[in-house]
Amino acid sequence: MLDGRSLVKRTAGLRLWLSAGWLTALVIGAVFAPWIAPQDPLMQDLFTSRLPPFWMDGAEPGYWLGTDSLGRDVLSRILYGGRVALIVALIAGTATALIGATLGLIAGYYRGWADMVISRLVDIWMAFPPVLFAILLIAVMGTGLTSVVVAIIVIDWTRFARVVRAEAMAQGAMDYVASAQIAGRGRMSTLLTEILPNVLSTITVLLTLEMGIAVIVEAILSFVNLSVSTDDPTWGGMIAEGRLSIHQAWWVLVFPLIALFLTVLSFSQLGEGLKDRFDPVLN
Amino acid sequence: MFLRRLLTRIATTLVTLLGVAVIVFAVIRIVPGDPVAMMLPPGATEADIARLNAFYGLDKSIPEQFFIWLGGVVQGDFGTSITTRQPVLGLVLSRLPATLELSVMALVIAVVLGGLVALTGTRLRYTRTEGALDVANGMALSVPDFLWGLVLILLFGVLWPVFTISGRVSPNLVPEFATSFFLFESVLRLRFDLWLDLVQHMLMPALALAIPLAAIIGQLLKQSLKETMHLDYVTLARTKGYSENHVILREALRNAVLPTLTLIGVQFTFLIGGTVIIERLFSYEGLGNMAIDAVINRDLPLIQGIVLLFALLFTLVNLAVDLLYAVLNPRLRHA
Repeated sequence: MLDGRSLVKRTAGLRLWLSAGWLTALVIGAVFAPWIAPQDPLMQDLFTSRLPPFWMDGAEPGYWLGTDSLGRDVLSRILYGGRVALIVALIAGTATALIGATLGLIAGYYRGWADMVISRLVDIWMAFPPVLFAILLIAVMGTGLTSVVVAIIVIDWTRFARVVRAEAMAQGAMDYVASAQIAGRGRMSTLLTEILPNVLSTITVLLTLEMGIAVIVEAILSFVNLSVSTDDPTWGGMIAEGRLSIHQAWWVLVFPLIALFLTVLSFSQLGEGLKDRFDPVLN
Repeated sequence: MFLRRLLTRIATTLVTLLGVAVIVFAVIRIVPGDPVAMMLPPGATEADIARLNAFYGLDKSIPEQFFIWLGGVVQGDFGTSITTRQPVLGLVLSRLPATLELSVMALVIAVVLGGLVALTGTRLRYTRTEGALDVANGMALSVPDFLWGLVLILLFGVLWPVFTISGRVSPNLVPEFATSFFLFESVLRLRFDLWLDLVQHMLMPALALAIPLAAIIGQLLKQSLKETMHLDYVTLARTKGYSENHVILREALRNAVLPTLTLIGVQFTFLIGGTVIIERLFSYEGLGNMAIDAVINRDLPLIQGIVLLFALLFTLVNLAVDLLYAVLNPRLRHA
């Protein structure tokens, strides 16, 4: 009998490598964008507007993925847009993990009133639609990279707090924690040396997934023109422009969409892959 | 016992709603821009500004403003929209049906799709088809509704333009109905041409919202089904000579469905939250689209009203799910 799971398992390694490969390429592309990008991503030239990608009739050399309605090079804009996406993923993801996990650890290990306050806050947060909350925050704080990062932290810290709290609670009930305390360890020291290392794998998985979410939130915000300044190329901004000229120049929408799709998929595959590796039950 | 649980649950719901009100109010009040200044024509006198400030209650202390505002909200007074000068409650309620219809449609699609995936996967378990379904399901799960929306626009709006990808209803068919529940009312009034037009507009955004939820349902339901398939009573049914389809649909499904039902409840709020950007993407005239317009126009009373309404909706859905779970789960019912 053929094992149905085997297809999932067999391709797991491959999918993990493909994801890591795409993200590596993206990082290289973003870091070296000024040297790799064939054109200035901001340069408008109406004589080169809506050029098709290189394999189609009417394409111009040097504009590999075509140009948008203002004559700006799509490939160069994707490379520069990758910078914004990755910076947001890195900063917002890490900051959300730090704040959310800290609150989760405190709530799950110390319990008592701290747990009550934090859990109640999580409940309240669950009543807000995340995208609407983010948009509201940006409207209040004004656009810009800092606002985007803050908005992501504010809407998503509960994701970490909830899971880490439950995990810390489970670990706190284990014998090894009790023995550490019988051995005379302080609460704080037990938390940092016994509990934290055991929830770190969960945090790493969540962080990888969170980076993908941060990329999406940034894209959504730039899609409605509420992300970084409108001069900087962003994938969401390109998609919004492409959506308008979809019947005249599909490539303006399709290529940034592919970049966004692959990035989000890669982060989540990487997260799932890490989860399987860390979870002894699944192995 | 059950009554006590019910009352505690309602009390925590009220605390949550109060917390929501505090946070919304706090966020709105730290806004740097001065909405009043933007409403006045250039050359307005100090007295005009003061009068308008007083009109919107912006001249009082912050706690005072909060309680006045909260008192109004509780009585259904959400203030006046700054851009349209109309009561927020009326504006918001006129758009709510569109969003509710879209959400429910998406939920139905998600349940049907996810159910089909789970049942097919269980029927064909340990085959290549199950493996392929799992991989596809994993992808559907990890890509959010916003991206599915864009993919659908490309596939069914451009490459193979069979569906409308913009708006809620064709302009020549806009109905003069008693309610804004167009989809529901068009059936009651036997306006099937209109119903078809509405569905045609709704299908793509609803599908975009439904795909991630369908994947979650498919995954969890299949897992529970496969576990149930090993239970003794299922083996008994099989030895009685029932067909595999009968065993899955009639015997296993009934016991496997409870965890999925709870999950659907929780996930439904996420789906409603997704309507904000999906409505924007498909120019669908619902609450979410209105919210983004309000943010762009800095219409604070309107944003406030929409966020509060969404929060109320979420909290009520969560409450309903908890209560439904308590009723459905015999272990909790007799506890």
